[in-house]
Amino acid sequence: MQKTTKRKRDHSTLNSTLIRRPIRRHFWIFLLPTFSAFCIGFLYPFLQGIYLSFCNFKTIKKAVFVGFDNYAKALSDSTFLHAFWFTALFTVVTMLLINVLAFLVALALTRGIKGSNVFRTVFFMPNLIGGIVLGYIWSMIFDGILSRYGTSILLDTKLGFWGLVILLLWQQIGYMMIIYISGLQAIPEEYMEAAKIDGATKWQTLWKITIPNMMPSFTICTFLTLTNGFKLYDQNLALTAGRPFVLQSDGSTLKTTEMLALNIVNAFNASGGKNRGVGQAKAVMFFILVAVISIIQLRATRNKEVQQ
Amino acid sequence: MAKESKKYRSKGFSADRKQKNALTGFFTAISIIYLLPIAIVIMNSFKANGAVSTKTFAWPTADTFVGWANYIKGMTFGNYPFMKSVFFSFVITVLSVALILLCTSMAAWYISRVGSKLSNLVYYLCVFSMVVPFQMVMYTLSRTADRLKLNTPWTIPIVYLGFGAGLAVFMFAGFIRSIPLEIEEAAAIDGCGPLGTFFKVVLPMLKPTLISVGVLEIMWVWNDYLLPYLVLDTNTYMTIPIHIQYLQGSYGHTDMGATMALITLSIIPVIVFYLSCQKYIIKGVAAGAVKG
Repeated sequence: MQKTTKRKRDHSTLNSTLIRRPIRRHFWIFLLPTFSAFCIGFLYPFLQGIYLSFCNFKTIKKAVFVGFDNYAKALSDSTFLHAFWFTALFTVVTMLLINVLAFLVALALTRGIKGSNVFRTVFFMPNLIGGIVLGYIWSMIFDGILSRYGTSILLDTKLGFWGLVILLLWQQIGYMMIIYISGLQAIPEEYMEAAKIDGATKWQTLWKITIPNMMPSFTICTFLTLTNGFKLYDQNLALTAGRPFVLQSDGSTLKTTEMLALNIVNAFNASGGKNRGVGQAKAVMFFILVAVISIIQLRATRNKEVQQ
Repeated sequence: MAKESKKYRSKGFSADRKQKNALTGFFTAISIIYLLPIAIVIMNSFKANGAVSTKTFAWPTADTFVGWANYIKGMTFGNYPFMKSVFFSFVITVLSVALILLCTSMAAWYISRVGSKLSNLVYYLCVFSMVVPFQMVMYTLSRTADRLKLNTPWTIPIVYLGFGAGLAVFMFAGFIRSIPLEIEEAAAIDGCGPLGTFFKVVLPMLKPTLISVGVLEIMWVWNDYLLPYLVLDTNTYMTIPIHIQYLQGSYGHTDMGATMALITLSIIPVIVFYLSCQKYIIKGVAAGAVKG
């Protein structure tokens, strides 16, 4: 132990004269390009976005500070709350279905059955097709099926919900399957052999060896499916764009299959852009929601991970 | 005893093989169902406009088959040449991914090797940016890009570098920390400056991560809709997703046959890319996920 710390110290002094100082002098060529683009493409818009969420504005130049007004308006906006619950339900359903199915497929495809590689190739393929194109592919297919029953995905909220679920399953099972397969292949062979020698049944091996050792993969996949679900935009826009619309008693239109991201984008453009402050306030709350979910989720699953 | 155990084993073996064959059959069926949506799109791209929505699943007949007509029509459909969108999609993807790979790998090396307060701050900001949804910066980013003239296919890569830096820096930094310092020290002792060390020694070692990051960024930029839609001047510049959304999303009559032809054309390069680089794509996804 002591030996390693000493070696480390030697390293850091050598490192600092040979590597660290010369690189530091090249700050402008190594770090500056990325850092300035990061400021333009992320940092400045992010900070300005937080500021503008407290302002009434149509263009940035004419922003007027209004405090928490926009937040109050956003929280009393029934379309926003509806989008929240719709998105939350959608995310829970897709997270469970995608992970269970992807894990089962990964288990089956790592047992050395014939054609595993072909199946893997096929299941992953939809991932490379973009959300907009996916949306229109499925909208054609759902239309073709549902028109026989005299209905359409744009006429029924429940159909819209399940249509989006089917689309996302088709797109993402393959992706999560790849992560589960690489997790399964990383479990040391000795664990399985030890379990076999001890006389464990297949069921016991799955629950006591495979699943505890797969916790890092479960963490990643639940995290990815949760945030993907909440952030879904392209597929939502292309498949239903929020339809069917319902006229509410207060005269506003409720887009019944509109998810959070779409609701926010629409808020920026609604009534000629005079409510952009409310849109920005919604976006800030959306950001906080996604960030909090990511943190809680990572913490919760990390605790269950097996120490290796 | 010996006989019994042999019998038992052989029985177990055949049951196992039966099970495996059953699984192969099952997954073959599922794979065919999985590919059906794409097959149906291709089939419908050869049908007349009216037949797409009324006879979606029927094989084209003499009445409904129109040959390449949809493809020819699709090229100029919607008053914007489709090939122009394809060209801009290519330009934006190639330039953005090249810029991201070069700049973020250099930045990640600087961050991992310098370890000053500033570089650590940049690193944590990058990690932080990974959890921020695009809608949060959407409006302000598009205004900023407009003002700085980053609204053309030739300059939008800077926006992609800025917004996409987080994941790339994170993945590169994770890998660089696992590279032993001795190699870089040896290069430095031999008189290599930081630029020489980076390009001749570090960059070749980064190859697996370059491929992983490259694959993830290509998949993101090529399919991205909202960022280019808001940043680019869409009267002059469209990308494939913007073009398809423009044709389908704008109210009024849309030509389903021509749209299916364009969707087929936009899927083909993706499938060719996938089948030719499948190994790297699958590795890249697995690596990106493990670190992300």
